[in-house]
Order: sequence, then structure tokens, then C-alpha cells
Amino acid sequence: MSTQTATPDAPPAPETRTKAGRRPSPRPRPRRTQGLTSKVAVNAVLAVVAVYTLMPLTWLLIAATKNYRDLFATNPFSLGDFHLLSNLDALFAYNDGLYGRWLFNSLLYTLVAAVLSTLVSVACGYAFDKYAFRGKEKLFGVVLVGVLIPSTVVQLPLYLMASELGLVDTYWAVLIPSLVNPFGVYLARVFSEGYVPGEVLEAARVDGAGELKTFTKVALPMLAPGFVTIFLFSFTANWNNFYGALMMLNDERLYPVNLGLFMWNQNVYQQPELYPLVIIGSLVAVVPLIIAFLCLQRFWRSGLTAGAVK
Amino acid sequence: MAAPLTRPAKTPPPRAASPSDGPAAPKSPSGPGARRGQRRAVTLFMVPFFALFTAVTVLPMFYAAWMSLFREESSGLGFGGTERVFAGFGNFTEALTNEAFLRSFGHIAFYCVLYIPAMVGGALVLALLVDSAMARARRFFQIAYFLPHAVPGLIASLIWLYLYTPGLSPITDVLDALGANWNFFGHDEAIYSVVNISAWQWTGYNMIIFYAGLQAVPREVLEAATVDGSGALRTALQVKVPMIRPTVVLTLLFTCVGAIQLFDAPKLVQLRANTMGEDWSPTMFIYTAAFKGHDYGLAAASSLLLALVAGLLSFVVTKLGNRWKAS
Repeated sequence: MSTQTATPDAPPAPETRTKAGRRPSPRPRPRRTQGLTSKVAVNAVLAVVAVYTLMPLTWLLIAATKNYRDLFATNPFSLGDFHLLSNLDALFAYNDGLYGRWLFNSLLYTLVAAVLSTLVSVACGYAFDKYAFRGKEKLFGVVLVGVLIPSTVVQLPLYLMASELGLVDTYWAVLIPSLVNPFGVYLARVFSEGYVPGEVLEAARVDGAGELKTFTKVALPMLAPGFVTIFLFSFTANWNNFYGALMMLNDERLYPVNLGLFMWNQNVYQQPELYPLVIIGSLVAVVPLIIAFLCLQRFWRSGLTAGAVK
Repeated sequence: MAAPLTRPAKTPPPRAASPSDGPAAPKSPSGPGARRGQRRAVTLFMVPFFALFTAVTVLPMFYAAWMSLFREESSGLGFGGTERVFAGFGNFTEALTNEAFLRSFGHIAFYCVLYIPAMVGGALVLALLVDSAMARARRFFQIAYFLPHAVPGLIASLIWLYLYTPGLSPITDVLDALGANWNFFGHDEAIYSVVNISAWQWTGYNMIIFYAGLQAVPREVLEAATVDGSGALRTALQVKVPMIRPTVVLTLLFTCVGAIQLFDAPKLVQLRANTMGEDWSPTMFIYTAAFKGHDYGLAAASSLLLALVAGLLSFVVTKLGNRWKAS
């Protein structure tokens, strides 16, 4: 499915590929031919909405190629002189490469936290599915309540606790809260039910494998698609985490990209020359995400449908 | 919709959440030794999650409850530090009588009235259209609609902030050319600017979820409807939509929980739309109370009240949703 990295403006992939990787569409072809007008109308509506969803990103791409003067002087959708590379240069040179640090921090807060939190969630969800113990369903109920607790509500007391512990303004203050993903536990249980047959574990045990080895060597590989799905959920949640970082961090060298751009944008009225930096900075932050999402479509889809179809 | 705000809008279906307590325990042939091994394994697998969960969710809730009972008072002439004094439920009465706090809930209520029908209705219509036999290029449309969701919430808000800014924005140019007089940062218009940012981020995401639900509608059901002479529109409204009701209810639930935590979009729009104020949404109010007013007691009490409202809202939406599902 790697061919799906086409940019949004590329011609649509052939219809047949829609069905690749998922069960064939159950949609029956209608016997009566649909009126041509309604066909045109439906597709026109869909196209207009596509223009709406793609327009801001297209604008971002074009704006990122302009210098400060052209940004305000030229038509927003016409290309001025091509300044993409010099903008990139300026972005990574500004303030001794501060932006590069932010990118690194974002990677740390998102990738590392997502990998760890997925491991924690998968282990827990697997245990919920495959072992029996007293009070299991009650404990699982706690996890489900956790899914519903608004994270912004927890954020302020978390900040106050972190400041008592002297953790404010450290990597830990952002990392540790990101490790908890109750929804991941729920998903992991569902996936474990679906992907890991009990007999296989039994066979491993008969062969003398311990519980931990059974998990890492037998169950975890079978859970790989679920692992990626949960990872993606956790990844987006972390990448989106602005409120938490805003509270916890003062030192700009610890900022993730989104907080950094927010701070630049705060100063944009006094220093309008920051405009091109905010714009190119947004583009640089967004492009890898879009590529990653296009490549990993199969997984986020299965995550969404795990909730929707059941 | 902020960071953490986006998180709950994912789709955990509490409904499917009480999975049959299937034959969970592997009935190991070997005796108590193996059972002890299993108990140890359960501990090993579960402790990391529950330890972290306790540290970053359970304890903070209790801590907030504790904090909400105290008030910071400046001692003496206000030069020395502040002193923490017991305030009982004083912070709660202060929050509940605080006009800005109450107004922020009013803003969110109005925001929900505008946003939820537009976003959920839009997503549903789009899903039905893409699912209809008439749609072409289904894959392209799905990707195009989903793309905004890949953009981090704050950056999405930032892009739209610039798209609302005259001089930078192609939209304001077009509106001017048409002679329309629309100020995205005006006193009355600003809320639409916020709604638009949320709708842009979430419509495609929920459309994909609805579409997945529609794809799972059994073929025979649709064929039967066609045989009965039901047209495409009637099939969509009377056969397809009822079959994905649980999905719609779930989306409503998480949209409400997300809406009540709204932060990123109004925080940015407010930079230009000065009349909104820094306490436009409840979360903004809490942030301002804590970090501008340094009134942690008030902020903690407000957080708990917000959690309470979110809980009540989830309860009501679930109840109403269940009734609708059963009808």
C-alpha cells in the first residue's frame, strides 16, 4: 500500500485499489442506471468539500515559498519568486537552530512516548484478555472511565503536582503524562481477542515457554497490526498535545514544535519578519505527518473501524 | 480543538466494552506452580499501566479536590509570599458566581449548537454520498477529507488564523471582491471562525468512521431495499442511517466531550478577535485563572466543575443515544 503516498493533488488512485487490503465492498451496483444529473451533483458536492479540506494546506505550501514582502504583496495563490529554500535556511538558522531543537523535542515527546505507551497498553490489554482474575471486569471498568475523563481537566492538577515535585520545565513533565492511554488498553484487549488464539498460547506453554516469553515471542508478533494502530492513536494524541506543553514548559529549548510556533506567533505583531518562519515552520512540521498517515492508512483505518463496526 | 482535547474524540465504544468474559484463563495442565506464574505475569503486565494511570490521572483528581478547598492569600502588605488558607467550598461558590466562568459555558453551548449539527451532519452526508453508487474517485475523496486530521490541532488553528487575516488570506480577498463585508475577528463573527476550524479538523475524520460503518451494512439488506423499489435517497435515510446509529451516538458523545474542553482554536482566534477575551472557553478560563491570576484554588475548583459537567453531558448523551438506538 506504499503507492498511496501520492500527494493530495495527484490523480485519484484507480478505483480497484479501494478494495485492496479490506474486504470487498458490499455495495451492490444498482440495477437502474442513476440519472446523470444526480451523479454530477453528487460528485460536484464531494469535489467542493475536497477543495475546502485541501485549500488551507495548498495555501500553506504556496505561502511557504514566499519571502516576507511577497507574502503580503502578491496574490495568495500566485507564485512569487521562489524562496522556499532560503526560507528553510532561515528557519533552521534562526536563533542558533532553535527550530531544529523543537523538531527533536517533538520527536521525543511523540515517538518515544508513543512507543512506550503502546507497549504499556498492549501488555495490559493482553493481560485483560488472556488471564482470569478476581475483579477483572471492575478493573476494566476503571480503564473505561479513564477513557472518558477529559484530559484538560487533569492537566492543571498535574501541573501543580509536577511543580511540587520540581518536575516542571523538564522533559519528564511532558513525557510521563503521555505514557498513559486507557483507550489503547481497550483497543489492545479487542485486538488480543481477535488476533491471538488461546490454543497458540497453550501450545507455547506446553513447550515450556514462560508467560513473559509467550507474550514477547508468540503473542506480540501476532498483535503487530494492533500495535501499530494503538501506536498511531497515541502518536496523534501526543503530537496534538499543546495544552500540556504550554502549562509545563517555560524553557524554550524544551518546546515541541507546536508550542514554539505558538510563541513565535505571539511575537509576530512586533516582529512581522517572523511570519515567513511561522509559515515554513508549520509546513515542515506537517509534511512528515501527512506522509506518515498516507503510508500507514491501513492501520488507522482498522483502528477507527474497530470502534465503528463492532 | 486542543491537544488533549482531541484525544477523547477518538472512538472508544464503551458499549462493546464489556466483552464477554470469554474463556480467558488458559486452563493450564500443570498445577499451582503454573498458576503462580500466571499471577505473576498478570502483575507484570498490568502494573506499569495502572501505576502510571494512578500517577497521572487518579492522583491529580484527588489533588485537585484537595487544592480546591484552599485559597491563596497574600500576607501582610502583599510583598511577602502568599499564604494558603482553608476556604471550604468557597472556591466553588466563587466559580459558580463568576460571570466569566458561567459565560464561558454559554459560549461553548452556542458553539455546540452551531458546530455539532454542522460537523456530524456534514460527516454523515459526506459518508452517505461517498458510499452511494454515484460517487467516483472514492479513495481520493477519503484521503482528501481525512488529511486535515493529520495536521496537529494547534497548527491547524494557526493556518486558519492566517487565512482569516486580511492581507495574507486568499479568502478575505475573494470576499472583498464579492463585496461581502465579513470580519472573521468581529465580535459576532469570531465564534463562526472557531467553529470552522473545528469542523475543518473533524468532519473528514468522522466521515471516515461513518463510512466504515456503512461499508459493514450487509449487502442483502440493501438488495432487499432495492428490490422493494426504494430509491437511493430513501435507502440512505431509512436503511443505512438507522444501521449506523451506534456509531453516530458514539461520535456525538466524543464530540461533546471534546467541545467542552475546547482550547487551541479560540486561544488563537482570540489573539486577533480581542473582544473574545482570554476566558472565552472553560479551559481558557482555568488556564487564565491559574497562570494569570495565580488563583490555583479557583482553577482547581473550576477544573472539577468542568469534569462534573463533562460527566453529566456524557451521561445524558449516552442515555438519549441509547433511547434513539432502541427506537
